[in-house]
Amino acid sequence: MTNTRVLEGTHAISYAVQRSRVQVIAAYPITPSSGAVELLAEMCADRRLDARFVPVESEHSAMATCAGAAQVGARAFTATSSHGLLYMHEMLHWCAGARLPIVLANVNRAVGSPWNIFVDQSDSLSQRDTGWLQYYCENNQEVLDTIVQAYRVAERVLMPAMVCLDAFFLSHTCEPVTIPDQDAVDEYLPPFDPKYRLDPGEPHAFGGLPANDSYMELRARMERSMREALDVAVEADAEYGRRFGRRYGLVEPYRADDAETILVTSGTAAGTARAVIDAFRAQGHAVGLARIRLFRPFPAAELRRILAPARRVVVFDRNLSFGSGGIMAGELRSALYGSRVQPMVFSYVGGLGGRDVTPDTLRAAVDHAMASHESRDDMLWLGLKE
Amino acid sequence: MTQITYDVPPDEITAPGHLGCGGCGATLTMRLALKALGRDTVLVVPACCWSVIDGPAPFSAAGVPLMHTPFASAAAAASGVRAALDVQGRTGTTVCAWAGDGGTFDIGIQALSAAAERNENILYVCYDNEAYMNTGVQRSSATPLGAWTTTTPSQNPKTQSKKDLLAILAAHGIPYAATATVAYPDDLLAKFQRAKEIRGTRFIHVLSPCPPGWKIASERAIDYARRAVDARVFPLVEIEHGAEWKLTVDPPRRPLESYLQGQGRFRALLEDAPRVAQLTKQIEARWSAIERATGSR
Repeated sequence: MTNTRVLEGTHAISYAVQRSRVQVIAAYPITPSSGAVELLAEMCADRRLDARFVPVESEHSAMATCAGAAQVGARAFTATSSHGLLYMHEMLHWCAGARLPIVLANVNRAVGSPWNIFVDQSDSLSQRDTGWLQYYCENNQEVLDTIVQAYRVAERVLMPAMVCLDAFFLSHTCEPVTIPDQDAVDEYLPPFDPKYRLDPGEPHAFGGLPANDSYMELRARMERSMREALDVAVEADAEYGRRFGRRYGLVEPYRADDAETILVTSGTAAGTARAVIDAFRAQGHAVGLARIRLFRPFPAAELRRILAPARRVVVFDRNLSFGSGGIMAGELRSALYGSRVQPMVFSYVGGLGGRDVTPDTLRAAVDHAMASHESRDDMLWLGLKE
Repeated sequence: MTQITYDVPPDEITAPGHLGCGGCGATLTMRLALKALGRDTVLVVPACCWSVIDGPAPFSAAGVPLMHTPFASAAAAASGVRAALDVQGRTGTTVCAWAGDGGTFDIGIQALSAAAERNENILYVCYDNEAYMNTGVQRSSATPLGAWTTTTPSQNPKTQSKKDLLAILAAHGIPYAATATVAYPDDLLAKFQRAKEIRGTRFIHVLSPCPPGWKIASERAIDYARRAVDARVFPLVEIEHGAEWKLTVDPPRRPLESYLQGQGRFRALLEDAPRVAQLTKQIEARWSAIERATGSR
């Protein structure tokens, strides 16, 4: 039995959380993520979801409340965006170090100053080194599916996971979304049952200063778990595909098998990119797409495999690391350096603060790269008005 | 020979081998508090002396499960522990946030105020040693007027008064707020036992002598906690629902100097008679306010 509804992105989040049988939700509102927790508050109030909703006074407290809940062995969730995510920064590190598999939905929104409520990925990408898995979604169905998958992956590797979606283009855009049956999700996602938890019957202290010099070994274990998460994410996605008929991959290729030029991007820009690819193909150009869905851990091997046929790789970043450039381009160059796959890489940055990314924007990037005959190590702006 | 006996529960929950300094009020308070709260307790400890006192992982002196959490987050993390225990049906377990004055008066007050406003079913204990002792005796908003700290040096001791946190918590209308100190263990135990039986947010403010920070000998810690009460610097009260104030110990009303003298942190203050007079006046005023609130005047 399928249950398909027209849902905005924030509500796709809420239904995913409901189906995942989350037990503790702590949240602080911020545009454009608030809709997710508003619906969850309603679901908790009318018992559609048997969870405790804790309306905290800040995002720092939201993540601290999730940490407390997860440390007791409850499945915990929060949603936020932009400044809210940045305000959680300390707790993000803490939860990863404490090995608490919390899932967070982040609506990608630009960061001030000046104020801007529209899409870009600088909020979550500036948190890339906190030890959280990071997924980037293209549509609302994927948002729902990915949150359910994220709990499965996070709880297996005991690392927290962030599921990101674009402000307004997904958060406030209605799309048909199929909500999976509860029984089927229950089979896919068993209850969270951690081996170690706060339990008066077996008292332990969690997070204290280690007696011996073991800090680096604990970090090494986190790193191993993050690497392991790549395989676990593949398995979780494949199993989800078998049960629910939808799978996405860690990197989703589109017409890339024989492509000489491959556009690499993430989020809703990928939807626009598909139309651009089709137009290039119609004109006889072998252009394809690789959409990065999982950014942490970084699927370097998968990208190398998909990009192998390409002579040119065109990376479009809706984010910027000042003084370095597009973040995904930087990561990709790292993944390719020293490998046998050596395409020319071109880095374009645009769409910041919700600036439109139209087919023309992406076409200009691909045209520019196709006219170039050597790799560049800088970044180029797209759609800059100056 | 006179024998003084206290009705202290015999169960020793905290273990020896903790890393507290000799005479540490916070360590003595934990020992007594857990005797009152019992083993079905979860502690949530933000950055504070107890982050260290509990001992090097994997050892833990507390004897009950303990979650370390970042500085600003004690009340929020405790709210999460509470929520999860409730969902699991373990509603009888006591959740106790255990924080110093820095984590309570300063960096953690936002989360604490929010938890109190939500009337979270947690016990929040502030062991107040009146400065950031764990980081080397820097001033906090709990440091008293005229006290030396490393950031209020003796050339210019603290020029501001101690924040009245008890009144702030009382203003939230929480079911129970109280002050206590190890110098009056029977009073302290009674308040923790009382707090354990109440649902909703409970707050206990413990004056916690710190020999290295106060610059007193370890063996004088309890003596100075008693002098603080006796000089009415730290009145022992309890407050129900923010309105019903009760004085639980009627102190002998010794002069302020009996508390200040001998504490190295007040050496400069004691040479500044106008400042001592100002502090005396503040203590008198607060005492009068408490007397009015308790109806004893």
